[in-house]
Amino acid sequence: MSGAISSYATRHLQALFGSLGRLIRAPLATVLTLLVIGVALALPAGLALLVENLRSATGDIDHALDFTVYFKAGTPIERVQLLAKNARERNGIASVTVKTADQALEEFKEASGFGDALTALSDNPLPHHLVVRPAPTASGPVEIEGMRRYFAAFPEVDMVQLDLDWVRRLHSLLDVLRRVLWVVVTVLGLGVLAVVGNTIRLEIQHRRAEIEVTKLVGGSNAFVRRPFLYTGLFYGLGGALLASLIVFGGMVYLDRAVGELSAQYGSRYVMQGLGSRGLGILVGIGAALGWLGAYVSTGRHLRQIEPRA
Amino acid sequence: MISFDNVSKRYPNGREALSGVSFEIQPGEFVFLTGRSGAGKSSVLKLIALLERPSRGSVNVNGQNTGKIKSRRIPAFRRAIGVVFQDHKLLVDRPIYDNVALPLVVAGTPLKEVDRRVRAALDQVGLLGRERSSPLELSVGEQQRVGIARAVVSKPQLLIADEPTGNLDPALSVDVMKVFKRFQEVGVTVIIASHDPHLVDQFGQREIVLDGGRIASDTYRDSHRARMTAQAPRLGDLPDIVIK
Repeated sequence: MSGAISSYATRHLQALFGSLGRLIRAPLATVLTLLVIGVALALPAGLALLVENLRSATGDIDHALDFTVYFKAGTPIERVQLLAKNARERNGIASVTVKTADQALEEFKEASGFGDALTALSDNPLPHHLVVRPAPTASGPVEIEGMRRYFAAFPEVDMVQLDLDWVRRLHSLLDVLRRVLWVVVTVLGLGVLAVVGNTIRLEIQHRRAEIEVTKLVGGSNAFVRRPFLYTGLFYGLGGALLASLIVFGGMVYLDRAVGELSAQYGSRYVMQGLGSRGLGILVGIGAALGWLGAYVSTGRHLRQIEPRA
Repeated sequence: MISFDNVSKRYPNGREALSGVSFEIQPGEFVFLTGRSGAGKSSVLKLIALLERPSRGSVNVNGQNTGKIKSRRIPAFRRAIGVVFQDHKLLVDRPIYDNVALPLVVAGTPLKEVDRRVRAALDQVGLLGRERSSPLELSVGEQQRVGIARAVVSKPQLLIADEPTGNLDPALSVDVMKVFKRFQEVGVTVIIASHDPHLVDQFGQREIVLDGGRIASDTYRDSHRARMTAQAPRLGDLPDIVIK
């Protein structure tokens, strides 16, 4: 039994190294094929990374989702503080900050640059208000609308200011992007299948005599097919690794620009790379597509080669 | 070993290559298939090697009816038969060693065993030491002997050859034929298709003559006993050619 297993393993190793040797002996053709597969895999991988980064970046600048609850003039500060305390205990609210009218005036003076002009006012025209930050898990349009209603129901509350449209737009944009991603993944995945399949088809034609002789001396279909399957697997693996290099290069190129952009929003966003999980998925998909392309191609074309003495 | 029972073979183009052919070959026999080209010699060999299946009748090889062997069992069936071709069908981009080793490799033979058997097979055809050469560096006669080494490397009990001397001059032909004879002497059944009557006469073995897809004569039927007893002395009459 162990003999049978080791002879099976031997045959696989022979096929594996045979395929690898062939790929290495024709470096130009191999590199060109890998490049095509690499680019085809890099596009969806890059897009997936973009979607992932947009999602986490908008989560990162979640103060963009903060909304402000303005109280009517003359509402006692104790009442405001009680309301804030109750709100903090609600689900979906990360934090509630109380801003008194005085604090609001101070901040406005600093931010607006109208400091001197404002001292001329006898009365503080600004009301007390709360700055409410939704929890990241509750930042969808529906949840935020619920919170708006909660605050607006209190008679002391003058208005709740939030930009729900912006949230809706962002979410539907992410949704569209995710759909685009699936389209790209499907189309380019088929592209990789076609590239590998066609490359293997050409190789089968090129090695027709060898396949014929192998079948003549009793090589089974599995034996003839095995090296081509390994070749497909190597194309997929190599293409995926190349794709991860392309994505990495693209990130290095974009890093500065993204840093400057996020600085303008008062944030210091660091782009997320593929990570070991992303790399694993990319390499897994690449290998699977390469193998599948070879499997389909050999299934179609090897059957046509039967020895004719 | 082999029996043809009323076998006919019609090709898709409508040509009937064999019609109603019946014969039997016992284990250890040495048989020449002769006749003009187109007489059906190659068809008989193709039916034996299961490169074709009969249109009518049945072909039995090694106790198996070839018409009933499933496609996925064909590789195993072929591994039990050594086949030599007129154009030797060597892979010119591989060294001699790889060519001879191929039947063992497809059978999953352990590497050590492959090495031992390849050397033994090359030794038997007088080409030991040429493992690393390319087939293109060899003479036509040597190429044919590599083809024989490949056919016998997995020690089949049946060896068939289609015009193995078709491209060789008379001296080389006898040379190659002697190699086949040696395998028969150790118990291998050998069937050789040849259109060269002089060569066949020289060896004085059983001869099945085909003409237009039918058996014209079979010396086994005619004077088998006489042939069998006459074999040894007739071999001695051969010119003494040493295989280099």
